Amino acid sequence: MSIKLTDVFFTYMSGTPFERKALNGVSLTIEKGEIVAIIGHTGSGKSTLVQHLNGLLQPSQGQVSIDGVNLAGNGSAALKVRGQVGMVFQYPEHQIFAETVYEDIAFGPRNLGFTEAEVDKQVRDAMAFVGLAFDSFSQRSPFQLSGGQMRRVAIAGVVAMNPAYLVLDEPSAGLDPRSRNAVFKEIMALHRSRGIAIVLVTHSMEEAVKYADRLLVISKGRVLFDDQPNAIFTQHQAELLEVGMDEPQVYKLSSLLRRQGLQLPEGIKDADELVKKIKQAKGWR
Amino acid sequence: MLGNITLGQYFPGNSFIHKLDPRTKILSTLIYIIAIFLADSAVSYGILVAFAALAITVSRLPVMLVLKSVKPILIIVLLTLLIHMFTMPGEHVLFTWKFLMVTEEGLHFGLKMGLRLILLLLFSSILTFTTSPIVLTDGIECLLRPFAVIGVPAHELAMMMTIALRFIPTLLEETDRIMKAQTARGAVFTSGNLVQRVKNMLPLLVPLFISAFRRADELATAMEARCYRGGEGRTRMHHLAYGGRDFVAYAAVCFLAVGLACLRWGSSLCVL
Repeated sequence: MSIKLTDVFFTYMSGTPFERKALNGVSLTIEKGEIVAIIGHTGSGKSTLVQHLNGLLQPSQGQVSIDGVNLAGNGSAALKVRGQVGMVFQYPEHQIFAETVYEDIAFGPRNLGFTEAEVDKQVRDAMAFVGLAFDSFSQRSPFQLSGGQMRRVAIAGVVAMNPAYLVLDEPSAGLDPRSRNAVFKEIMALHRSRGIAIVLVTHSMEEAVKYADRLLVISKGRVLFDDQPNAIFTQHQAELLEVGMDEPQVYKLSSLLRRQGLQLPEGIKDADELVKKIKQAKGWR
Repeated sequence: MLGNITLGQYFPGNSFIHKLDPRTKILSTLIYIIAIFLADSAVSYGILVAFAALAITVSRLPVMLVLKSVKPILIIVLLTLLIHMFTMPGEHVLFTWKFLMVTEEGLHFGLKMGLRLILLLLFSSILTFTTSPIVLTDGIECLLRPFAVIGVPAHELAMMMTIALRFIPTLLEETDRIMKAQTARGAVFTSGNLVQRVKNMLPLLVPLFISAFRRADELATAMEARCYRGGEGRTRMHHLAYGGRDFVAYAAVCFLAVGLACLRWGSSLCVL
């Protein structure tokens, strides 16, 4: 059970003067139940890469398969397996169109041919997951909600399709810190309770190190590193800087403190943890 | 999905025609079009074709590219030819079959009309190939300015055109993104009967309209925040100015038009 990319190449506007190679031979496997973060500079090809994961883009060369089914072509097997991969685009609230929250979330499951009873159940579950109370939100117009709430409606619209893999392209862009944390909390809860594999595209090293088990660094259409975030950030700082990435702030501060003689363990993931460790090391309460 | 669309047909270059003032190019094109309708003999058509060929050579555009621009109207040209061929009454019958009759006059007239259409499009496409849309708008604004006294809002029209042009690629990109997002949610845009298809477009059109209105609103605010209040008293960063080459171009098309008028109405008129 996995998404498998084999030697994938992709070229935009092939055969015109505007031809641009976006992917240069990407091979990777995303296993069920993983949390994978993908980072890369703007234009590195990460958005192109994730659009291959459910067949929105077809590789110019190479192949993509989900659970052993090749995504190429429009056969019913390929179409069905594509529904296994939920895709939340950047600013997903811009895709909302229905008159009520309920109708918008029900759009995906209905397209997949769920019965009305199943649709209803999926909508209720999805709304519960993203923290929107069914009774107070389901009949409201999505356009009267706040930005953070609209984003949740949009994410719920994808979750309601009951995917086995969920791809999120910068799910926290443009949200305030509180909504940002809430959105991630919900995504992680989804991962834990349903065992959904999460593919997270992000600019933020902090998010990558905090949430992901595995990190892919993309540069110039290739996979530069594929490892645990901690290993990449501690072993490859120089190469990361070269491709316009940087180690997370927390790592910088902890290594600085370590050089100043403070006894801190490796692999501190976020600011709260760092504060705790500093207190321990100093013997403060 | 929509990534392969190129908008406008501006072909960057540095030729004599590229460097002409946009006003010169617009007015010259108009004069050429008038000249086309002055032509009535084989000689005058020959001159028009030669002039168009000269203009393409001077513009250093790839010939195939310019010729390709005629493709969309070929069917209209063909239709014009056929209709004239079969419906024009005349004395010299070339060919009859049941109720269909082709006359020499009809054939001539059809060919003439077809050639006119092709020349018209060919020459106007030189204008759009060599002038970027923004510069073209500048030229139109400048040419419309004298009509402000009779209430033509020249600046506002030009600004509207500029903004519209500016937002076409943005909206296309947005359409592409929303289409992908809805496709990922299982939407299908290409199958079903007409009613079904229109209904299927809703998940695309509603978000697109909302974002277009949002963008328009934001743009209006941004323009007002920078004290935009229409064309009144507004100065420009780039002033259009005629140079020597503009007079050369004007001289050439005027000479063409006068020459064709002479051919049409006889040399007696020319001597005067």
